Amino acid sequence: MIKKNLGLAFITLGLIALLGGLLFGSIAALQFVFPGTLDSLPFFKNRPLHVSLVVAWVFLSSVGGIYYYLPKFIGAPLYSERAGRFHFYIFVLTGILIIFSYFFGKFGGREYWEFPPILAIPIFISWIIFGWNYFKTVFTTAKNWPVYQWMWGTGIFFFLFTFTESYLWVLPYFRNNVVREITVQWKANGALVGSWNMLIYGTAIFVMEKIKGDHSMSRTKIAFLTYLLGLTNLMFGWAHHIYNVPAAQWIRYLSYIISMTELILLAKIIWNWKSTLSESKKDFHILSYRFLVAADIWIFINLTLALAISIPAVNLFTHGTHITVAHAMGSMIGINTMILLASCFFIINDATDKNYTTGEEKTIKSGYWIFNISLLVFFVCLIIAGAEKGIGIVVDKLSFAEVMAKINPILIVFTFSGFIMFAGILMVVIPPLKKAFAQLRK
Amino acid sequence: MPLIAKQIYFGFLFITFCIYSFFVYTSDTPSDAKELMTTDAQAGKVIYQQNNCFSCHQLYGLGGYMGPDLTNVISAPGKGEIYTKALIMSGTQKMPNFHLNEQEINSLIAYLKYVDKTGVSPTIKYSINSDGSVNYNQ
Ligand code: HEC
Repeated sequence: MIKKNLGLAFITLGLIALLGGLLFGSIAALQFVFPGTLDSLPFFKNRPLHVSLVVAWVFLSSVGGIYYYLPKFIGAPLYSERAGRFHFYIFVLTGILIIFSYFFGKFGGREYWEFPPILAIPIFISWIIFGWNYFKTVFTTAKNWPVYQWMWGTGIFFFLFTFTESYLWVLPYFRNNVVREITVQWKANGALVGSWNMLIYGTAIFVMEKIKGDHSMSRTKIAFLTYLLGLTNLMFGWAHHIYNVPAAQWIRYLSYIISMTELILLAKIIWNWKSTLSESKKDFHILSYRFLVAADIWIFINLTLALAISIPAVNLFTHGTHITVAHAMGSMIGINTMILLASCFFIINDATDKNYTTGEEKTIKSGYWIFNISLLVFFVCLIIAGAEKGIGIVVDKLSFAEVMAKINPILIVFTFSGFIMFAGILMVVIPPLKKAFAQLRK
Repeated sequence: MPLIAKQIYFGFLFITFCIYSFFVYTSDTPSDAKELMTTDAQAGKVIYQQNNCFSCHQLYGLGGYMGPDLTNVISAPGKGEIYTKALIMSGTQKMPNFHLNEQEINSLIAYLKYVDKTGVSPTIKYSINSDGSVNYNQ
């Protein structure tokens, strides 16, 4: 079944993981505002289910894209198809083990992406296999790689680096010093996110080029400078997570300065819009293009927020509040999911010959708007809740309970918008998922 | 951009990153000067992780959002050790009772006591500098 359809198998599983992640996220949100909901699957199990499934979506769909694009569009047949399938099976098996471990109450207990540490081993091995296969494959192509090939390679390489780093805590030198532990953990988390951003943004450039039929985009000087700027930020721009942790002062300062270089990216986006606005109207009917346009707007919104919370004087009020969550959700959904959906639509369209029925196309298009509008409400609710919490605690010195009572109404609106967003995404995802299944069954 | 320029820049960045990482790993932390984590506290940290307390609680503002930041629960006015013990033992409407035994709860307390000594969170005392940086808790 997956023998001839490796990339498609990855993204199909990715779409399923996305729907699973949204389901557990919705339950967790309900439990957050209405304690006592579904006690048989408590919040502390739902939260990691949500996080890990969404992370799985990001990896499955970005990796699936790379497996699909290399042989089909880049003229680089995989060095080893077999290793690719092996990668898929390890992923599935580890994924199942992780999900079961949560159900049985076995956790890794980290702040962010967590699962029993032993399961990091198969994940690590699967990335080694993927990396080996990827580099063996691309080294057969012309040396003058387009920027997305650099970005994919960088993403894989840094995933291995930061994933290892995020397990330094098992060593007593790190584990027995909470400040060092937190510092290194967030250094690793920051770069981990940076590494999947490399995979995703590379995918965005690739898909955009294919839609436009313009192959020079990924070879311009600007494209490479932007990539290198992103890489610099991946490496050194993470410390806004730990500004308030009593780590060494220089870590903060350096990160603050590096983060501000992202202003250049912001300027670049605005500049590009001026020249491409009329063109985007022309191609808006292409489904995958539509998602890239949405991602572009969400990049603008999230980058503005990221820049703001990288300023210590602003971070002081936003740290540990729902504004951080807004930043995480805005990037994960608005940017990453939009781009990866664009890629999924592109691949499923290419891999199957049947078109969508008019009804399906209508459903997808309405879903797209429901998805984006509810995401905006969702995002704004988190910003408001976070601002109230930050000001409540840092300025008004309220207690935690007082703050939570104050923000509960807005979190109810947030939860509600989350459910609507889930519905919107279902409308978007079900038709291509059906097509993908039909193709895999052939 | 010629290939060699890309390779040089990438190589330069990566080497800088490795050196930088080394300095981050070995940089000063307040607990170097103060007491180290006792074995009891170390056991407490393991229990904290095994029960996924982070899914609801934060240390230094990092972690979950349902419950309060626990960095200074041991020294907070009106809270402290006895309160913390009682709360973990009973659970609340939102916080589950994990049915931990006396020994495990004592270890958790030892861990939280250790964390408490390393610093302050959330930030309540601060001053903001004109360059946008902040002096925390001074
Ligand atoms: C499902 C979420 C959840 C989990 C998991 C959880 N807690 Fe809590 N905890 C809460 C909430 C919410 C409160 C605030 C009291 C309330 O509103 O019920 C709280 C309060 C506390 C307090 C009192 C804090 C204060 O400042 O008053 C302590 C101490 C505490 N929890 C420790 C723990 C420990 C240790 C663990 C892990 C073994 C844990 N909690 C796991 C939700 C949780």
